[in-house]
Amino acid sequence: MELLVAVMVGVMVAASVHLMLARNVLRFIFGLILISNAANLTIFAAGRLTPERPPLIPEGADAPAAQVANALPQALVLTAIVIGFGLFAFALTLVYRTYQTLGTLNSDEMRLAEPRGEDGS
Amino acid sequence: MATTGAEVPRVYGGAAGWISILIPVAIFAWLTQFLEPVAAGETVLLGVDWVPSMDIRLSLMIDGLSLTFALLISGIGALVTLYSTQYLGRHPEYPRFVLFLMLFMLGMLGLVLADNLIALFVFWEITTISSYLLIGFDSDSAKSRRSALQALLLTATGGLALLAGMIMLGAVAGSFELSVILGMGDEIRAHPLYLPILILFLAGAFTKSAQFPFHFWLPNAMAAPTPVSAYLHSATMVKAGVFLLARMNPALGGTEPWFWALVIAGGFTTVFASLLAVRQTDIKQVLAYTTLMALGALTLFIGAGTSDAIKAAMVFLVVHSLYKAALFLMIGLVDHETGTREVEELHGLARKMPVTFVAGALAAISMAGIPPLIGFIGKEFLYKAGLALDTAQLWVTGTIFAASVLMFVAAGISVARPFLGRLPDRLAGTHEGPAAMWIGPLTLGALGLVFGLSSDLAETWLVAPATWAVYGAETKVDLYLFREVNAAFLLSLATFAAGLVLYAAHRRLRAGMARAIEISPIRFDPAWDRLLDGLKALAAWQTGILQSGVLQRYMVTILATLAAAVAVTLWAQDALAPIEPGLAAQLAGLQLTHYAILGFICAGALLAAYTSSRMTAVAALGVVGVGVALIFIMFSAPDVAITQLLVETLTIVLVAVAMLKLPTLSLRTEARRPWHAALSVAVGGLVTLVLVGVLQGGLDRRLTDYFEAASWPEAYGRNIVNVILVDFRALDTFGEIAVVVIAALAAFALLRGTRTPRAGQEEGE
Repeated sequence: MELLVAVMVGVMVAASVHLMLARNVLRFIFGLILISNAANLTIFAAGRLTPERPPLIPEGADAPAAQVANALPQALVLTAIVIGFGLFAFALTLVYRTYQTLGTLNSDEMRLAEPRGEDGS
Repeated sequence: MATTGAEVPRVYGGAAGWISILIPVAIFAWLTQFLEPVAAGETVLLGVDWVPSMDIRLSLMIDGLSLTFALLISGIGALVTLYSTQYLGRHPEYPRFVLFLMLFMLGMLGLVLADNLIALFVFWEITTISSYLLIGFDSDSAKSRRSALQALLLTATGGLALLAGMIMLGAVAGSFELSVILGMGDEIRAHPLYLPILILFLAGAFTKSAQFPFHFWLPNAMAAPTPVSAYLHSATMVKAGVFLLARMNPALGGTEPWFWALVIAGGFTTVFASLLAVRQTDIKQVLAYTTLMALGALTLFIGAGTSDAIKAAMVFLVVHSLYKAALFLMIGLVDHETGTREVEELHGLARKMPVTFVAGALAAISMAGIPPLIGFIGKEFLYKAGLALDTAQLWVTGTIFAASVLMFVAAGISVARPFLGRLPDRLAGTHEGPAAMWIGPLTLGALGLVFGLSSDLAETWLVAPATWAVYGAETKVDLYLFREVNAAFLLSLATFAAGLVLYAAHRRLRAGMARAIEISPIRFDPAWDRLLDGLKALAAWQTGILQSGVLQRYMVTILATLAAAVAVTLWAQDALAPIEPGLAAQLAGLQLTHYAILGFICAGALLAAYTSSRMTAVAALGVVGVGVALIFIMFSAPDVAITQLLVETLTIVLVAVAMLKLPTLSLRTEARRPWHAALSVAVGGLVTLVLVGVLQGGLDRRLTDYFEAASWPEAYGRNIVNVILVDFRALDTFGEIAVVVIAALAAFALLRGTRTPRAGQEEGE
């Protein structure tokens, strides 16, 4: 299964890179969401996938009875999901505010700080 | 302007003026306690640990060399600050001036007293920066700003080279303490890194002490107020390079490259600068070039390296600091009273400004090397040391002879021309300057006489210990005014004769020099400007390439670099092993649900990437999010799955809300670019390859095992993931919450502005 997840993560990253290469910043945001998910899955899969054995300690025991899923990447991913959401929410607000101010979502037309020189495409 | 000659010395500038005088006086007084042990040949070490983890100590090494410098810095500092209270006390920016000057003085004292190379470098840069601020003190003048920047760029570039040299030297010696390094001269000189270290140190010293070809910043630095020129650019800061050479002599000196680099650069600077000095008509510029000459001579003799040469250099160091500071202060005073420094406009001031004349005359006689002032002793010792050399005897003695003759002429131009002769009517109303301004030059001039007459004083307390420190061993130092007629004495007589002849003809000499300079093809200042213009053009060119301002190009650059770096690493490390059979065998046990989820996620991702409809994109992203949550559920991560679902829902809600206000996704602006697709596939494929590589390697379960074992006994929690988050790694979780709060605050701040977009403008009107 890990092998398939690895392939799938590759597909997700490819799609998000394509989105992030767009001029429209809303597409860029979509790419951001997608790549966060891909990154989380990468961490999760790197800790190996264990079906149907959550890392819990049964009542009365001091340690898990048998081999359970790797708890460490789960903790990392949990944190990463929340941070990724914070990043996404802020970026979306920024896009919204930019649109309010500049009237465009095209990153090429956002030229307040770097006026277009002879070099601009 | 002073109204009467008999005015009581008054300190202008208020508290700032007083502070500026008291600090150097106090430091001078504190330093005198070390005179006795140092004169006895001791080295006093004081210090505290500063950054112990990096082996950086704030430690002071007080030996003959550093003490001589420190006494000159604080002593001349006190006189210069007293002078400044009158010269600049009523300037609106005077407190700022005092701040810069004090900053410089402390930096300079730190530089000479530091025992640690890194500390020395920090102080070195402090003097560079304060020199920049002081040269540019008259910040309304473009010329001042240009001169300040030129000095900063040149000396700071040298400073960077010096830092690199220091780090290499520290690595070679195994310590940054000078007291250690100076004792390891033989190991350092034999080390393969010796030559690079030497070149880097020389780059620092030559730029700081304005040796040819880095000399041109110093005459330009005369744009600074005169007290600054007297203090920084004559008596102290420009000697920092010479100090460094003298300081490092026991560790780096005595080799062929050292000898020739210093002797050639020093000798050339000496002659070149004294010729240019005679060319000038602004007396301050005359003095600026003679300062260059003195720095060249010091470099020359430190390079020559015999005990006689070091001795001569140390005498000349003291001599020059005394007379040159006095002369600068004198010309500042003349400028202050008459409004000009042009040698052709000043005559016969002796009757109007008698005290200034006496001060200037004492200094000038010392500069000309006439007995019984200490300048004579200095010159005699330079001659004697030059004549006693085995190598380059003719070169050293010849350059010093030429320079001494021209010094004699320059001394005449600086003092005899303005003070003697007939007073022009224009200057009839000139008065003597205020006492605060003539105390300094008079004291310094008189010291030259005192040290000349009783040369034992200078010998015992300053020159002998300084010579020992530079030479690295105790040698006999015996200063005397006159003992016998010898070759050096005859050279002195020849100097006076040649000097008198040239002084008589100095106007023709000046005209000749001016013609010679006109036809000479080398111009340092325009070349400097061209260099800076070229640098700016280069910067603009590379900024245009790197900083196009186009987001897409930045992304392409970053991602292509990433892909290339990862691909090259994978290839170079030969990490592309065939897939393990075990990993492939797992595929056999998969059920349809697994394939279905993976298929949905891939389809969602691709759809999101290619659709031109916002709603489709959002829906596709939702599919991906939910699919990822399903993977978490299937593979034993219920907490993660819950969070993922929650966040996914919130994400979609936010996007949907934003859609109400944002325009539709227009794909027309997005030209389909094949290399975008290629780059996407490359990055995605590489991520897959890296992840497969990771999965093939062994899994390090040490942390997981620890958490599993400790979760219940230590933290009383049965859900291991939760225990990690809220107990073992609680601080991380706290940080995570902080990030979310900050994101929320920032979003709030951004959104608050949108409600009243015009409010700011209305307030402005």
